[in-house]
Amino acid sequence: MSILAKVAQWFTDTAHWQGSDGIPTRLVEHLQLSGESVALGALIALPIGIGLGHFGIFGNLAIGVSNIGRAVPSFAILVIAFQVFGLGDTPIILALTALAIPPMVTNSYVALREVDPDVKDAARGMGYRQLAQLLRVELPLAVPLIMAGIRTSAVQVVATAALAALIAGGGFGRYIIDGLAQQDYAKEFAGALLVAVLALATEMSLWGVEQLLIPRGIRLLRAPAAVRARTFKTA
Amino acid sequence: MPNRLFLDIVDPWINWSWLSTHVPTVLAAVQQHVILTVIALVGGIAIALPLGIAAHRWTNLRLPSLTGFGIFYTIPSISLFALLIPYTGLGTLTAEIPLVGYNVLILLRNVLVGLDAVPPDVLDAADGMGYRPLARLVRIELPLALPAMFAGLRVATVSTIGIVTITAVIGLGGLGQLILKGLIESFHTPLVVATVLSIVLALVADVGLAGAQRLAVPWSRGI
Repeated sequence: MSILAKVAQWFTDTAHWQGSDGIPTRLVEHLQLSGESVALGALIALPIGIGLGHFGIFGNLAIGVSNIGRAVPSFAILVIAFQVFGLGDTPIILALTALAIPPMVTNSYVALREVDPDVKDAARGMGYRQLAQLLRVELPLAVPLIMAGIRTSAVQVVATAALAALIAGGGFGRYIIDGLAQQDYAKEFAGALLVAVLALATEMSLWGVEQLLIPRGIRLLRAPAAVRARTFKTA
Repeated sequence: MPNRLFLDIVDPWINWSWLSTHVPTVLAAVQQHVILTVIALVGGIAIALPLGIAAHRWTNLRLPSLTGFGIFYTIPSISLFALLIPYTGLGTLTAEIPLVGYNVLILLRNVLVGLDAVPPDVLDAADGMGYRPLARLVRIELPLALPAMFAGLRVATVSTIGIVTITAVIGLGGLGQLILKGLIESFHTPLVVATVLSIVLALVADVGLAGAQRLAVPWSRGI
């Protein structure tokens, strides 16, 4: 029987759709680990990136953090977190949060810097104060790139969460790691498909959210800088 | 699960005597890491450069190639390794197909950005001086696109060095093999050594490529 037929059989087996090792449970685990890490990362990264971008300070740091983020192997971060904090979700979430931060800092910094200085002058001329200018003029214009940063982080976190199975984490990565260990190619292959679909679904759904959040008037402005934001891959 | 606190006392982050007796192991890991990275970069360039030139010339190639490799880039490496194992087994080919594919996207984008940015006036001047299309491409357009291509190569190199560690899952890994050893044996030294060396390798490669760019494209200093 071909591998694809075995995989199809694996998916149709009702045993794989229930219990603590079933697909629904693993999906919830994967989404929970990823979601909590991205949310925590955003809480830390966005204020920093937006603040630095608004005031135009520490630009090298805001850009450089992504270069460092690329250079630090995600696999190593996970294992180090495991060695320091032991078993459980805490080390995984801490590691994933650390990985989520750099693209969000860099992109939100760039997003704020890319706001046309003439627009800021106009806002100032119309009597906007610092905070109102940031909230009502700069942030709406920066939404596309900020969202691109969140999307990039989220896809990387979903990918790295699959690796967390190596340090006894849950999620779809379990099928890949257990399948490899048991030389069960159908399980390993099915897990790989689930991880791939989840990563693509994350990308597409956040892209959809981004389209909804972008103020209508600035849709044309979003193309050029956003490309730069997408080139970040650590897992 | 052993008591972590206790382990931390008996196992220092760096055990120098282990390190001094395992220099060949570490060097072999570095060597495998570099080889895996170089293959991934050479493969990426070999596909991205001709594809980029073609997609620049025939614009209807652009969207399908960028979308196709964009989807590939979104798929996690662990997922691609696992999908390939039934077909290509545990080994270099399984490791390199995803790594090359990721680099193609990064490099393809940058080849296109570089070629698109050549000013039309320059192209007119080249045409006026009698350059034929191939000569214009090789002697005018590609040199002017080099800074953008180097920027892509630097990102691709640093990313690849990081992702290579994950190939430890399929029995390769270079320095990733030492990270895995640190995990399996709960032994900190190989983990710390491999992490530090992987970061150093990425930074050295980045600085080296920046230097190469200065030599190759002296007019682009400061970009």
